Amino acid sequence: MTAGHPDALYVPGDSPVHRLPGEVKIVAVVLYVVTVVATPATEVAAFAGYAAPVAAVVIVSRLDPLPLARRALIEVPFLLLAVLLPFLSTGPRVEWLGLTLSEPGLWAAWNIVAKATLGVWAAVLLAATTDVTSLLTGLQRLRCPTVIVQIVTFMVRYVHVLLDEAHRMRIARLSRGDDPRFLWQVRATAAGFGALFLRAFERGERVYVAMLSRGYTGRMPVGAERPAARVREWAAGALLPATAVTIAVTATVA
Amino acid sequence: MDTVAMHIADGIIDGPTSAVFAAVALALLAACVVKARDDLDERLVPMAGLTAAFIFAVQMLNFAVLPGVSGHLLGGAMAAALVGPWVGALCVSTVLIVQALMFADGGITALGLSIVNMALIGALVTYGILRLLLKLLPRTRSGVTVAVFVTSVVSVVAGAAGFVLQFAIGGVADFGPGLGAIATGMLGIHLLIGVGEGVITATTVLAVATARPDLVHALRGHTLPHRPAVAGGAE
Repeated sequence: MTAGHPDALYVPGDSPVHRLPGEVKIVAVVLYVVTVVATPATEVAAFAGYAAPVAAVVIVSRLDPLPLARRALIEVPFLLLAVLLPFLSTGPRVEWLGLTLSEPGLWAAWNIVAKATLGVWAAVLLAATTDVTSLLTGLQRLRCPTVIVQIVTFMVRYVHVLLDEAHRMRIARLSRGDDPRFLWQVRATAAGFGALFLRAFERGERVYVAMLSRGYTGRMPVGAERPAARVREWAAGALLPATAVTIAVTATVA
Repeated sequence: MDTVAMHIADGIIDGPTSAVFAAVALALLAACVVKARDDLDERLVPMAGLTAAFIFAVQMLNFAVLPGVSGHLLGGAMAAALVGPWVGALCVSTVLIVQALMFADGGITALGLSIVNMALIGALVTYGILRLLLKLLPRTRSGVTVAVFVTSVVSVVAGAAGFVLQFAIGGVADFGPGLGAIATGMLGIHLLIGVGEGVITATTVLAVATARPDLVHALRGHTLPHRPAVAGGAE
């Protein structure tokens, strides 16, 4: 289950995008997605324009687009919802290939497809070009409450340990003849969850005590070794949202 | 159940509604950060982090509902029962933030909506219901089981109702009178999911309560009779 480990999402590289500090990339992605979502769906040309900076990031970061596209498939359930909308929505109908479709429904479907796709690609690119430490340092620099940053830190660090443990417990169960196939056979799974929680919590206690003995005082020295973003880096990061905002303004004025 | 594998994407709910819910979510997170300190000394953050990792792992582990159909837990009620409402809501929110930023699971602009549905409704409000049920029901193992089961079902259905409400306020499509039917379908599906969630959550919480009753936040000051010893032995 290595797919569950956040580090597996990071694609190591040494491109200008990889080198940007985490805080710059987080802010850039959030502003970009907000701009995309705020654009009315009827500005079709604007959405074509929004794809350009994302494509540019893929090129500059020298990433293989195929694995990224596979990751972007996570939005498929919502594309299915989008397919249903033209049939279910009210409003004036249009005829298309013998189907009677709702016009507002078609716009709504386009709205979801365009915005969800751009949003997913922005997030996929962020995760692929930013390692976990840089992301955590970024959150900390952006004044995210320390307690949240620390919870994320521990979570990210231990989630693969727990998944491995769950996997081992599952193998142990199956090799003893368990064959859970129906909801009413779920007792063993749930008992496993209980055991997993106990192990997780007790591991937390152990880790905490180990950290105390190494001088932990309630603050993590996360990011001390990474320099904060410089103006030049903020400017480089601003290119993504700035392009999007320019496109949005041009589209709504025109 | 695989259709609910993803959280709300960008573009489903309009910008203004998302912004309002993002503000609510921020206020909730601020409250959680302050109140979590009462439940969990700030120095004990490793435990909260491991709990968040646990919720994350549990959401990734599929279990069979029927052959070919698998589901996974949302974990809100389980988090609240085990570590309390504030830490639980904080852990669920953290999981949602990481999923949006690192896994592209759920839109970044929809984070506020998801946090309200799954942390505020799914964990925080739910905890009140759980405490109430624990007070009303007999203090036995089956009493606790029923309380946790009902709470889990309510948390999943209420979370889905939250989404339906958000869609009615700022959804991109207008279903007109059809919204009622879609809402019924949505809640019906989530009632089934909730039953699965309830069975697993109740069994999990009971398993923890048996081994380490001190770790189940919802059972503080709530002594359970010990499970009768396994038969056999002396005679």
